[in-house]
Amino acid sequence: MPAKRNIRARKPAARKAPRPKLEEAAQWVGKPLPRKEEGRLVRGKGKFVDDYELPGMLHLWLVRSPYGHARVTHIDVSQAEAQPGVVCTLTGPEVAKLVRPFLEIGPEPGAKIVDYPMGVDKVRYQGEPVAAVVAETALAAADAAELVRVDYEPLPAVVDPEDALRDATLLHESAGTNVVWQGEFDYGDVDKAFQQAAHIVHIDRLHFHRFTSAPLEPNAVIAQWDPGEDFITFWCNNSFPAFAIQFLALALGIRIDQMRVQTYDIGGSFGIKITNYPYMALCALASRKAGGRPVKWIETRTDHMTASAHGNERVFRSTRVALDTSGRILAIESRHIDDCGAYPRYEPLGCIIWAQVLPGAYRFRNYRVRFTQVTTNKCPVGPNRGYSRMQHLWFLERVVDICAHALGIPADEMRRRNYIRADEFPYTTPNGCVYDSGDYARMLALAQERIGWDDWKEKQRRARAEGRLVGIGIGTTLDSGTNNFGQSRLLNPNAPFSGQSGVAIVKLGIDGNISVSLGSVPQGQGHETTSAQVVADVLNVTPELVSVRPGFDTERNAHTGHSGTYASQFAVTGLSAAHGAAQKLKAEMKRLAVFALNAKEDKLEFGMGAQGPEVRVRGSDKAIPYWGLANLVNVNNAVLPAKLQDVTLNCRYVYRPPFRLPDLKRKYGNLTLTYSAQLHIAVIEVDRDTYVPRILDYAVVDDCGRVVNPLIVEGQVHGATAHGIGAALLETCSYDENGNLRNATFSDYVPITSVNMPTLRTGHLESPSPFTFNGAKGMGEGGGAPLHAISAALQDALYAQGVIIDDSHNNASSLFHLLERTRAGRAAQIVRVESRAAAARR
Amino acid sequence: MPDEIPRVPIALRVNGKRYALEVEPRLLLVDFLRRELRLTGTHVGCDTTYCGACTVLLNGVSVKSCTALAVQADQSEVLTVEGLEQDGRLHPLQQAFADHHGLQCGYCTPGMLLSAYQLLAKSPNPSEAEMRKGIAGNTCRCTGYQNIFKAIRAAAAQMRGR
Ligand code: FES
Ligand code: FES
Repeated sequence: MPAKRNIRARKPAARKAPRPKLEEAAQWVGKPLPRKEEGRLVRGKGKFVDDYELPGMLHLWLVRSPYGHARVTHIDVSQAEAQPGVVCTLTGPEVAKLVRPFLEIGPEPGAKIVDYPMGVDKVRYQGEPVAAVVAETALAAADAAELVRVDYEPLPAVVDPEDALRDATLLHESAGTNVVWQGEFDYGDVDKAFQQAAHIVHIDRLHFHRFTSAPLEPNAVIAQWDPGEDFITFWCNNSFPAFAIQFLALALGIRIDQMRVQTYDIGGSFGIKITNYPYMALCALASRKAGGRPVKWIETRTDHMTASAHGNERVFRSTRVALDTSGRILAIESRHIDDCGAYPRYEPLGCIIWAQVLPGAYRFRNYRVRFTQVTTNKCPVGPNRGYSRMQHLWFLERVVDICAHALGIPADEMRRRNYIRADEFPYTTPNGCVYDSGDYARMLALAQERIGWDDWKEKQRRARAEGRLVGIGIGTTLDSGTNNFGQSRLLNPNAPFSGQSGVAIVKLGIDGNISVSLGSVPQGQGHETTSAQVVADVLNVTPELVSVRPGFDTERNAHTGHSGTYASQFAVTGLSAAHGAAQKLKAEMKRLAVFALNAKEDKLEFGMGAQGPEVRVRGSDKAIPYWGLANLVNVNNAVLPAKLQDVTLNCRYVYRPPFRLPDLKRKYGNLTLTYSAQLHIAVIEVDRDTYVPRILDYAVVDDCGRVVNPLIVEGQVHGATAHGIGAALLETCSYDENGNLRNATFSDYVPITSVNMPTLRTGHLESPSPFTFNGAKGMGEGGGAPLHAISAALQDALYAQGVIIDDSHNNASSLFHLLERTRAGRAAQIVRVESRAAAARR
Repeated sequence: MPDEIPRVPIALRVNGKRYALEVEPRLLLVDFLRRELRLTGTHVGCDTTYCGACTVLLNGVSVKSCTALAVQADQSEVLTVEGLEQDGRLHPLQQAFADHHGLQCGYCTPGMLLSAYQLLAKSPNPSEAEMRKGIAGNTCRCTGYQNIFKAIRAAAAQMRGR
């Protein structure tokens, strides 16, 4: 239970209780401290982009393509421009003259793709913007936008990634192919492993579906291009601004320091808002055209679902799995086709990011995959929560689960036989990643205990005897965090970035207040609170005394070229930086105190005195309050000796994980610093008449190393679980063959609600990371465990019916079709087992 | 399309305060609250009356203010999230959401609080099913609802004890 505290209390209550012992280590880290952020948010006083009202502000409305693929033959904005309140318009051809195409991260052929913030002569996905109207009010802009005339010549669309491979319909003529990136990954000795295998399981096709974590606040931008200074100010909700400004500077032809990017409260991102920079560019161009007035654009929900970003879709073809007699996996070979939608944008990074978790939680050493990414006439993808690893981990979990069923090995036993063992950490994977710590078998045991495994097995036996379809499924997943951007070199040897960093500034202000600025872009993860906990521990104060600036700001706050909130890393990069900066500050304060108190450094103690925080000489009455130290530097500094002239009490620290560049030839190296894990067990019943899958019970065990704030960690676990359950049973972006998104509203997409979210039985394990200063690991993306566990539970429920769960999304209708097809003997033979007696005897 | 859209006078009370304004007939209640009164705590998350980020109480009944016109609130009493705090004290629901981490990004929270407010007004000790149904029209993309349930239960207990 969290300590009950009135969140209004800003000052610590007068301490009547005995004075706490000074220099107490780690008092706040590890505590379930309610967040500092809650105060403004529960009052409706948060500041989201749409809450800003700037003087002279205009509003931008977009005209978007109704077609998935079409040639744009003519645009006429004259009628729209004549409407009252309309200030100006933009069209694709005009935008193409004003900006350079966005940077492509990958090499050719993907690098030959031309990506503008608007469709120019062609549109490649439904919802792609083709024109914009800027007016005094949003309604006036929307009204006038209806009068923009666009002539289209529809083209055949390609929506299936395997169709796209055939290049019969091309999205980007400039690239000459739909393939963005292609590569081979080959580790160990796959051929030898197959020769020695007792069983070979063939799995023809598995499919990971397209969905989005759909943050509740849509994308939003206000841009003001000051014509006098040629300087752009952005108020936005982009969640990786350090990345966005590099794209924007190149496209707009300005320097990075001609831009100020700031965020404040953000209504969720989950990675989806990383790629909203094309809209930032459009608002900036509109502001310049409107003479420098600020221009606001707020995305509608339908536009968000159609045209912001979706998660990556992936097809796994011709998988072969080599196993020994006891079901130990020896090797996997497969072909993966990733679908990035109409434009790569953050891609092809997803073509390597999966390799952070190449063997998942398993010990096999031989692995070969041919990985191809293609464009299709669908919304561009963005790094959606669980990005690229989730797809791969789902694939591995399907493989393990299908093999267990095929060989008649119980699902839990199959995993125990194949898991990396607790005594093998730090564990180096076949491709050179180093898993820091963990104990997957213990997590499984804990989850089994939480759910009541034996009980459910018994209940399942009874239910089956009545003909009911009840299944129990396990999902093991990893949440790799703090990525090494050096992995981008494996895609493009010329990629100009590598490593990773986090930054913080901790400052003792003139009046002795402690303030922190961070380079992260929180959207609910509680960075203000956890960084205050860390800083409070270093400086021996209460977290209330540490004020953390909300949001991101290239002018006011600390930032580096990696700044943003992504890749499950704040607990490592952000908090290490806050810790480092606080230590730097403490060292300066010590030097000042040695002078002011005329004492030896090792006699000093930091902590709360009767009047607030102070530095004291142990065993004496001599003390100086923190504000007194600040006073010496800022106000009363004629007394300072020369040797203290370098003290600023304004300390910036950059944390850099110990990464190196990977070996490009072998595609080998450490791609991530920490590995959190989650283990889920789902019990599901498929209704025999309606085919509705219903969750009967659900357990979640997480391990993210040392926990900085249990409340926040638990909240992230809940949230990631809801996204996964929603995606597994409800949420899918469903396109028809012409590239029309069939469920572009919330009412059709049906995000998970309070009535279909099960109650979670949670459990927790702590395997401290040996690679971080306090043993914490990044978490928050969650790794998509519900998708794995629910697919496995459905598999368990339906295996006896001959059904193979080959898709990550299953609902009543798809289950009905699966069962009907199987019963009628029309189901494709997805799985084939080849057992070799000779090999088995060896 | 006429150049000038005729405006309609409305008079209403929002969070106890009287307002008399002239509005475009098509102005949505949520836009009226956000833009005309600058009460930006009420949010917009969708365009099909699904998410409930815009929930307010209209004459004591929860409505999705994105699906009501400002003119429909004429002569009415509106309660928004900004009206929950009394004399500088958070409403027990606000305090419970804060204590139990019933929010992350906070975008759904204002609407969620008002649906919970109505739920507890009708049913001071809601069953699990009532509670789930009570906020079924409010989407939260961050919390997975678990801590929202905890917060509502805690607030209900506290309010019953008062
Ligand atoms: S904004 Fe009103 S229901 Fe979504
Ligand atoms: S807290 Fe983010 S949507 Fe509910």
